[in-house]
Amino acid sequence: MQTESIAPLLAVVVSLAGAGLVVATRRNPNLREGCSLAAAVLQFVVVLTMVRPILDGETLHFKVLSFLPQVSIVFRVDALALLFAITASSLWVLTTVYSIGYMRHHHEDAQTRYYAFVALALTATMGIAFSANLLTLYIFYELLTFMTYPLVAHAGTAEALAAAKKYLLYQLGASIVFLLPAIILTYTMADTFDFQPDGVFPAGTNTTLLVVVYGLFLAGSAKAAIMPFHSWLPAAMVAPTPVSALLHAVAVVNAGVFLVLRVIFDVFGEDLLRQLHLDVATAIVASVTILMASFYALRLDTLKAVLAYSTISQLSYMILGAVLLSSNGMIGGVIHIANHSFAKITLFFCAGSILLASNKTKISEMGGIGRLLPVTMAAFLVGSLSIVGIPPTAGFITKWFLATGSIEADKLAIFLVLLLSTLLTAGYYFRIIRTAYFGSSPEEDGLSDADREVEKGHAQVRHQVREVGPLIFVPLLLSAGVSVVLGIFPHFVIELARLALP
Amino acid sequence: MILNEVTASQQIGFPILSILIVFPIVWAIILNLIENDDVVRKTAIAGALLELSLTLIMVLNFTPGISDIQFAERVEWIATAGVGYHLGVDGISVLFVPLTAFLTLMVMLSSWSSVRFRPKSFFTALLVLEATTIGIFVSLDLVLFFVFWELFLVPSYILLRLWGIGPQRGYAALKYVMYMLAGSAPLLMGIVLLGINHFDVTGSLSFDYPTLLTVPVPRETQTLIFFLMAFGFAVKGPLFPFHTWLATALMEGPVGMSVLLVGLKLGVYGFLRFAVPLVPEAANEWAWLMVALGVIAVVFGALVGLVQSNLRRLMAFASVGHVGLAIVGVFSFNVQGIQGALMLMLNMGIAATGLLFLAGFLHARTGSSELSVFGGLGRHVPLLATFFFIIGLAFIGVPGTSGFPGEFLVLLGAFDAHWAVAAIAVLGVILNAALFLSYFERAFLGPVTRDAVRGLTDLRPREALIAATMGALVLGIGLFPNPILSMTSGSVQAVVERVQQEPTPQVVNYAD
Repeated sequence: MQTESIAPLLAVVVSLAGAGLVVATRRNPNLREGCSLAAAVLQFVVVLTMVRPILDGETLHFKVLSFLPQVSIVFRVDALALLFAITASSLWVLTTVYSIGYMRHHHEDAQTRYYAFVALALTATMGIAFSANLLTLYIFYELLTFMTYPLVAHAGTAEALAAAKKYLLYQLGASIVFLLPAIILTYTMADTFDFQPDGVFPAGTNTTLLVVVYGLFLAGSAKAAIMPFHSWLPAAMVAPTPVSALLHAVAVVNAGVFLVLRVIFDVFGEDLLRQLHLDVATAIVASVTILMASFYALRLDTLKAVLAYSTISQLSYMILGAVLLSSNGMIGGVIHIANHSFAKITLFFCAGSILLASNKTKISEMGGIGRLLPVTMAAFLVGSLSIVGIPPTAGFITKWFLATGSIEADKLAIFLVLLLSTLLTAGYYFRIIRTAYFGSSPEEDGLSDADREVEKGHAQVRHQVREVGPLIFVPLLLSAGVSVVLGIFPHFVIELARLALP
Repeated sequence: MILNEVTASQQIGFPILSILIVFPIVWAIILNLIENDDVVRKTAIAGALLELSLTLIMVLNFTPGISDIQFAERVEWIATAGVGYHLGVDGISVLFVPLTAFLTLMVMLSSWSSVRFRPKSFFTALLVLEATTIGIFVSLDLVLFFVFWELFLVPSYILLRLWGIGPQRGYAALKYVMYMLAGSAPLLMGIVLLGINHFDVTGSLSFDYPTLLTVPVPRETQTLIFFLMAFGFAVKGPLFPFHTWLATALMEGPVGMSVLLVGLKLGVYGFLRFAVPLVPEAANEWAWLMVALGVIAVVFGALVGLVQSNLRRLMAFASVGHVGLAIVGVFSFNVQGIQGALMLMLNMGIAATGLLFLAGFLHARTGSSELSVFGGLGRHVPLLATFFFIIGLAFIGVPGTSGFPGEFLVLLGAFDAHWAVAAIAVLGVILNAALFLSYFERAFLGPVTRDAVRGLTDLRPREALIAATMGALVLGIGLFPNPILSMTSGSVQAVVERVQQEPTPQVVNYAD
């Protein structure tokens, strides 16, 4: 059932207006951050108003403008779109609060630019979520690239500029080389840009070409960080922590996965994928990405780098779930968008909190930090439990659905991949947690017990390592809390995912 | 193909196209009666503004979506030779008239302080150039068209020769005129052959464009005429491999002239208006050759542009690439391809010239267009850098800017024609993006290497006005391309039908 609704447009416009207000109030930081927060909350509320009709089985439509003779900019909200939009907009609220604490405490430059571009990135994200056709999606997808580029380059150092350049190269390169031709080829074969639940291609379409187009789509969604198109993500960790949160949880990588899911569900469709054996091919690529990224993460020492590789492997879980093409598998893939985002944002918030409190970025230097930052590390523990998939956190729900889905689809190999990757994930997260709670700080190494006591006192005085403040620890506690809530009451997310299935 | 005509008196009540041609000339004469240089500048700009308003009135009264010739005026001129004074616009030409007026106004604004040498003559030449350019776009008699085509060279030569910024401007001006004359001789021959063919069929001479469309041309003659005309338009384009004059002219000429040379794609217009519809079978037969030249140009232009340090040179080669892409669109012979080509030409009129203007502002400050050796310009002229980037996004066809619809439609058309062509065109698009982004990085980001950069002033109000206008157009057209596309659709449809129709019945009868 289709209903006309202006809500999707409102959601897009709210953050756009927010960006304008941020620039207009740049002389007064308190007012500026107030505008940013107000826009975030308002957007979240607008998105929430769409929940009821979607749960009632409706889809919301809004035609914005006719763009080219063949195609218009049209918004269409279905359950998949809503899940992505709710995740993004709720996390934007948390990120804004956190940003206020982080950017001020860290004395970052160009904060107006930061808040403005974050708001614009959210506009692009909402546009991606609500796109009713490939062209609309493509436009907002490119917009997101350009709106996040200044954020990655925020620090303005040579390293940041190099990372931003790599980011732009990967995103823009992939989207022009692969995505744009894929969209055009789709149009020439299907004669439409619109997403359709059973796929768009008429029967009898040249199968070789279809395989090529599918490959182009997969390669073109570089934001999903499928190997070998992943290395922009670890490079982008030079950006300030709130930006990493935006990349890894709120907007960017989810947009990539969302694109892949749209292509799987609404461009190709379940039957065509199965018929062309593309489900198996994708599953292999995703599995390789999951395992490779986990192996990388095991060997790294920089906390944010570990988290980045963890993201790469987690994103492929979502894709892997979708191409299982069994109902539990697909539900697992879709709900992992939300489940992973809340867990990963917690972890990044914690990494930022550690940096602010102690100026440390390497795991090996974080010995004993759990005793100094109890709140931060408690949240970190919850976040990592969720990523590993241990009850009662949200990650467990994902793992449950994926595991039962793989058995349902009769794919034992994928079940084994899940098992192995869970072990690896547990390996690299528990290394961090062990160091944080039970490790000794580097200053203490190689000292006698007596000296160690003395040194400990000095260290306390020297570093004054303690929780930074409520603007930092409240958002991370909240996101950790949501991870637990989603683990105990997963019904809402599962219901949305069920509605999102073709 | 039969094109109906709506006369200017029916549509708007006065001969607006004639006024558009005559007004700049009259204004140029008035200009020469003024002594004070400052008043000359203001008067010239007022004139350009009036002309632009007049073109916008025309656009607002234009009926979109139909293939009719509108605002038509027809007067007998040299009746015995079949030459008439016939003006009119349709979807193919309507956009280029306001674009010409707009670019002329922008050139005048940008030359406000940079042209110190004989400003009166400079503005006079610009106004005459504007008149002849509009004449080219609205002429529907081939001889009249050719007259404007040749007259165009006079102010161009003067502008290049007298106000060029390079030490070899004399050579550049001469090279330019030589190339153009070499191209226009075959063009004239093609026009004459069309007239003679009309005589053979009907017993009277005619060079009237809509009339010639109704007369069948034998196959062999078509091929000859097509190649004669194609040569003329390819040189003007410039289409690879006839492009070498452009880089010289851009390096040596004044900023204003380079803007007009890059911004107004007269050659592509010639193909679309005359070469393709007048001899459709030959155009169809040789489309592969044109498309091949087009894709070579796309890749060649971008590759050579990639290694340039001078922005004007880079623009010259990028422009060669864009002409190639537009030619690919035109010779895809489908609605998307041709509409895309028109959008692409419009976008180049805004984006490429916007970048050239900004380079010109820097040239006025530093005396050099070698922007990439500076480095770190972004920190010292942030406003200029921001506009450079926004307009550059249109230059590389990012969605949401005016560059996207054209590029997208051309690719769509090319994929419809042949996938291999489209694949190479995509390669060109990528190289084009690489070309701009890497240049931007070298020039505007990173460490400053020249002390001259540190003391630079950012955009002055008048310069900011030009940049902001360009930026607004880039985003406006990028978000709302459909009104523009609907203006061109009717005529494009007619051209596509003309090319794709079966060979003329007469030929079939002959074979029987």
